[in-house]
Amino acid sequence: MFTEVLSAAPQSGTNAINDFLAGVKPEFVPAWAVPLTAVGIAVGITIALVSVIAMFSTWLERKVSGHIQCRYGPMRAGWHGWLQPLADGVKLLLKEDLVPVGADRVMYVVAPAIVLASVLAALAAYPLAPGFFFADLDLGIFFILAMTSTTTIGVVMAGWSSNSKWSLYGAMREAAQVVAYEIPLGISLLVPIMVAGSFNLLEVSRGQAGMFGMDWYIWPWVNPFMLPCFVLFFIAILAETKRAPFDLPEAESELVAGFMTEYSGIRWSFFFMEEYAAMYLYSVVGAFFFFGGFESPLTWGAAKVFGDGHVLYHCAAGLTLILKGFAGVFLMMWLRWTLPRVRIDQVMTLGYKYLTPLALACVLGGSLWEVFVAPILPWRNG
Amino acid sequence: MAESTATTEREFMLDVRTQDMEVNMGPQHPATHGVMRILMRADGEICTGAQPHLGYLHRCAEKIGENVEWLQYLPYTDRYDYLAAMNNNLGYSLAVEKLMGIEIPRRALMIRTICAELNRIGSHLIAFGTYGLDIGAFTPFLYMFREREWMMALFEKICGARLTYSYIRIGGVFNDAPPGWLSEVERFCDVFEEKWQEYVDLLMVNHIFVQRTANIGVISPAMALDFGLSGPMVRGSGIDWDLRRDMPYELYAEIWKAGAFSIPLGKGERGALGDCWDRAYVRVMEMMESIKIVRWCLDSIAPGPVIADIPKTLRVPAGEAYVGIENPRGELGHYVVSDGGKVAVRCRVRGPSFTNLAVVEELMPGTLIADAVAIIGSTDIVVGETDR
Repeated sequence: MFTEVLSAAPQSGTNAINDFLAGVKPEFVPAWAVPLTAVGIAVGITIALVSVIAMFSTWLERKVSGHIQCRYGPMRAGWHGWLQPLADGVKLLLKEDLVPVGADRVMYVVAPAIVLASVLAALAAYPLAPGFFFADLDLGIFFILAMTSTTTIGVVMAGWSSNSKWSLYGAMREAAQVVAYEIPLGISLLVPIMVAGSFNLLEVSRGQAGMFGMDWYIWPWVNPFMLPCFVLFFIAILAETKRAPFDLPEAESELVAGFMTEYSGIRWSFFFMEEYAAMYLYSVVGAFFFFGGFESPLTWGAAKVFGDGHVLYHCAAGLTLILKGFAGVFLMMWLRWTLPRVRIDQVMTLGYKYLTPLALACVLGGSLWEVFVAPILPWRNG
Repeated sequence: MAESTATTEREFMLDVRTQDMEVNMGPQHPATHGVMRILMRADGEICTGAQPHLGYLHRCAEKIGENVEWLQYLPYTDRYDYLAAMNNNLGYSLAVEKLMGIEIPRRALMIRTICAELNRIGSHLIAFGTYGLDIGAFTPFLYMFREREWMMALFEKICGARLTYSYIRIGGVFNDAPPGWLSEVERFCDVFEEKWQEYVDLLMVNHIFVQRTANIGVISPAMALDFGLSGPMVRGSGIDWDLRRDMPYELYAEIWKAGAFSIPLGKGERGALGDCWDRAYVRVMEMMESIKIVRWCLDSIAPGPVIADIPKTLRVPAGEAYVGIENPRGELGHYVVSDGGKVAVRCRVRGPSFTNLAVVEELMPGTLIADAVAIIGSTDIVVGETDR
């Protein structure tokens, strides 16, 4: 898949790794080795990225929950427990890797890999900085949504193959929930896509490049239907990433641990890595389509001072995106530690009866605005 | 052609059979609040039948009561409802005292009441906090633990134990409150009143919480009486029945006359009368009533002896006595029979959790699994006491 992505790269943008390798390639190395090596490096970076995001997020989750609950959270391993994820990782690696009796062994083993692979694949379309990305896809957001929804297959496989009734319940809930919320998730992104006129993340970001974030799509003067769209989008991503109040697939007090009840050790941690990476990824998508993507006063200043080809400009842009992504992650954590859990029929009602029609109404309103109002607004035609 | 398609479809429909699934909720399950097993029949997410299976925590408490001396049995009473050990001590002591006809010093009665009510607050905090956990809210639980921690620290100061106190003894209490203890209780009351509002705002009136508990597990008043429910379970259904007023023991008759507390009842405010929300509401409101009782005691407490003059080895006069007290979970009855010896002939305990649990079987069919968890949580059972 990466080879396809990279072979498509020259048309849709540049690939930093590929270009760099082609530049430093010694004479005796054949030309076909360059994209392969680039793919290897890209895969390595993506895996490292997922691990780092997941590790930082688990630490953040524990600190956030701790401070919300009048506790400190981890404090022993390193300064304020920042080494705790490492200790956890080592513990999980050393734990016995159980396969329950009567489980469908092949599916049981493959399921966590599929879950993790889906989010790894989706991260291929995540640009780290305006000038540093694995693939500048014209259908970037489409690719991300397609890849992340593959997670469900892994979750259903995990629940089905575990030979546990609680796991089965978790898997079935996940399937029902994801089907219900993919629709408002996709639809709510249509309005920003209309405004940007592109599926390409970088172009969406470039469209919001005004000073002080005044051109971010979330503002009502850009399109007043954007704010309700963001609310719908945020609710939908909570459900997509199985976060409270929609954590029914792993509802602790009901289903013990849902689809991952029978998993242990490193396989169990794959589910967690996927969850946190998906949270971050969806937050980044939200940042791109509603909150300016790479654009912020910091990025604007860096572009003015260093020029927008400078490495420091790219650092500022990447940092902006990371901060925005983790702001979203923090918001999701905040909600998790505040709200009770809704019931499965309430989840379905909310998804089908409220979010989907509301999303459709927003698309209608947003597109009418784009056709009739936006052309006469001076700041939209600058 | 159309006909053949219809036939195929019908055959297909016939071929798909659904089957109820039997799910064991427990013995180790986060929602059963201890080691209890609920055998549940489920049609998908819908529970079609449930049967609680008890006995995983059976420790022969009643039989032990017939084999150890009167005073020695007291620590065993701590262990059945471990969240309200003070109330258990009180119930057993009252039964033995009734048989012996001992006069209890007034200061001892005051301290007993303070301890019992503080323990009721602690127990309701756990009940409401873990109910939040069952519904999926983690944080209120830890907030409530913060206040309960203070309550336990108060008990630690007065008797040295945090969970199994054995502080209320036959004839009075083990020792007098240490200096400054009563003023610290007053401080606790002040702080608790503030924090109580926090719980109400955070969980009790939370929209999701209300949606999850209102109209769920509705116990009609008639049904509550049929099942012999007591405590918040019966008051949640709107039946005005509180042993502290209706079969008064200790100082409660006096406190009631002084108008120091009222009895909160379920009113069906957010849904039907007697639903899970009403039961949670009664518990939350009762905490404030307990605070009022504690304040009344703090105002009227006077120095004096704290334990009646009783011998080291009790010989209880022959006879039988039953005393029911208002435990946080309902009527906790102790029935003791003596033949005049050092050991009880019969020591029977009527536990509220055990009786209240019976209604679960009736409420569960037709609910969703998530509702089933909400119903078990709303009965607020302590498995140590259902099994004894």
